[in-house]
Amino acid sequence: MPDTGRAGTLEALFAAKEIVIACGSGGVGKTTTAAAAAAMAAVKHREKVLVVTVDPARRLANALGLEGFGNEERRVEPEAFKVAGVKPRGELWAAMLDTKQSWDDLVHRHAPDKETERRILSNPLYQNISGKFVQSHDYIAMERLYEIHSSGNYDLIVVDTPPTRNAMDFIEAPRRMADFFSSRLLRLLIAPYRSRMMNLASKPFYQVADRVLGSQFLEDIAEFFILFQTMYSGFVERATAVERLLRDHRTTFLVVSTLEAAPVREAEFFIQVLTAKKFHLGALVLNKVLPDYLLDEGAEERAARMCDAAEELSHIDGLAESLGTDAAQLERVINEVASNFRNFAVVARREAGLRQELQIRPEVVATVPEFEGDIHDVAGLLQLGERIWS
Amino acid sequence: VPDLLDRKLVFVTGKGGVGKTTIAAALAWLAAERGKKTLVCEIDAKGDLASFYETGPTRFEEREVAPRLWAMSMDTEASLKQYLSLQLKLPLVAKIGPLAKMFDFVASAAPGVKEIVTVGKLCWEVKERHYDLIVVDASASGHIVSQLAAPQAINQLVQVGLVRQQTGWMLDILGDPAQTGLVVVATPAEMPVSETLDLTARVGEETNVELAAVVVNRVLPELFGRGEEEVFDRLADPESGGEDLLEQRIGGSLKPLVDAARLTVTMRRSRTEHLERLRDAIDPGIPMLYMPYLFFRAHGLRATHQIADALSAELGY
Repeated sequence: MPDTGRAGTLEALFAAKEIVIACGSGGVGKTTTAAAAAAMAAVKHREKVLVVTVDPARRLANALGLEGFGNEERRVEPEAFKVAGVKPRGELWAAMLDTKQSWDDLVHRHAPDKETERRILSNPLYQNISGKFVQSHDYIAMERLYEIHSSGNYDLIVVDTPPTRNAMDFIEAPRRMADFFSSRLLRLLIAPYRSRMMNLASKPFYQVADRVLGSQFLEDIAEFFILFQTMYSGFVERATAVERLLRDHRTTFLVVSTLEAAPVREAEFFIQVLTAKKFHLGALVLNKVLPDYLLDEGAEERAARMCDAAEELSHIDGLAESLGTDAAQLERVINEVASNFRNFAVVARREAGLRQELQIRPEVVATVPEFEGDIHDVAGLLQLGERIWS
Repeated sequence: VPDLLDRKLVFVTGKGGVGKTTIAAALAWLAAERGKKTLVCEIDAKGDLASFYETGPTRFEEREVAPRLWAMSMDTEASLKQYLSLQLKLPLVAKIGPLAKMFDFVASAAPGVKEIVTVGKLCWEVKERHYDLIVVDASASGHIVSQLAAPQAINQLVQVGLVRQQTGWMLDILGDPAQTGLVVVATPAEMPVSETLDLTARVGEETNVELAAVVVNRVLPELFGRGEEEVFDRLADPESGGEDLLEQRIGGSLKPLVDAARLTVTMRRSRTEHLERLRDAIDPGIPMLYMPYLFFRAHGLRATHQIADALSAELGY
């Protein structure tokens, strides 16, 4: 249900954009939201839609009822929609990001020759870090997005972002990667291994480093960086192109949050950064929100009265008997129902307060109620999707 | 299984958003309350451990935030400096500026380097017996394994040198269940449970740290006692006329109250499934500690007290 008085809908946003990037802190339902929105787009628009997840926890695979699909894009079986009783106008495709595989592909693409490629791939450091390199997930996610977008195979690509410590890292990742490879420090570090002339500035470093880490390790590091430098121009060029794509008017960001203190703070930070850096902030999706009736002041008063009068109410003539119980048990039930309302009213009011705190808002704000069960099939995704779509 | 608070070094991890910091803060609070000189260390620089004690921001230098309770936040650069000067006795502290930058650079690429400096500092505090207990608000489940396995990773990568010599005693501390334990925090929901199960399997295979406890956070209390849900169902059934009778007395609609009760019952039910899946999969020898969902406060010192009390009860104190 979009907020009343707001013109935009996800439907309109998704029709106008080619890339949607979902971001938000961990545990807010980002992956599910991205998949649900993509599934809706595939159902409603006659388009080929791809959802890319970078999460190693295989969540999307679960949500789509798929198992063990890797780096390759795969079509979600039309059968899965049929089970949900829906005939989609378009196609839904899904891919999961395999960081290691993507790095290998990247090296293959940028290495100047076969020998360099082989040496990079067999360097002990590379083998260990292709999963952990400087925000490697972030960079790879954005790089892969660029690759897929340039393939021209899809009308719409929805990307779920990796859980990062600094939530905005993935935006900066391409730039940081470019900076990394053009860094003065990097040149300083590998200088002594390139020429026999030891750079004066780095000499103390090597004396310490050698004692601490041992020279073999240092050589491995240096070789790694020297080899990686051969791919420098390819990387920087690519990183610049990826950054340009993120800023393109065809790209939009979807901020996902729950109405809890920490995620809201993070969402606020996201919104600020996106706005300040002039990225397109398309929508805010608020997940797992408690129902509005909990904010009903009159009901709150009645709940308080009911708590106070529970004993008296349980003795209403014939009531306990007609419910097949005794007054004592009925009193407990009345008390429980009333206190439960009051407990959750506290939480709902806290949520409402946090919602007010989200000051800057995108054009589209969608709210998803606390769902009863978990979402692990296309039907569930579409049920959620319907709530945020129009 | 050794008593949780009798260990020397306890890492607290979990999927993002499950309340990992709350549990770490409360566990440390409880230990200090029970007379142990406790250090709580937050690994993620962006974390909000300080807000759980209503205190100013934590820094690398430990600070006493409550009687017997000390708090710090990890800073790999500061930790490296301390490591070089205290442990390796390198007289280079003055010229460390460019070295630290260089270190940061190498550490970005070389696996285990940042982690070893982090884990090294914690193990060192254990070795020096500065505290009775160190509680670590560790990295989230995606990153904790590489942190705990850092000494092994360094052992493989670095064949000689002082760093390698240092990994031996760290492995001894980490691998000793009497000293070190891992606490995994989950909530009764699908993904946190799945991630907890993945994590406990990986920790067993890839590290030598023992799983000390699983904390299930935000457990909704059962709304109705035995037989009471049936009474509620009949009361809410229009045919019984019960709800009408109550509405006449209370003077207004009770529908929101009835709906809220139904919502609670279904929420509780779907969470119970996940709880059972978790309980069935975790080794019965591992204590499972259940923390209640807090309606009134999810943050701040008040919440820390409430969770510390709940932990105390669950640990049988």
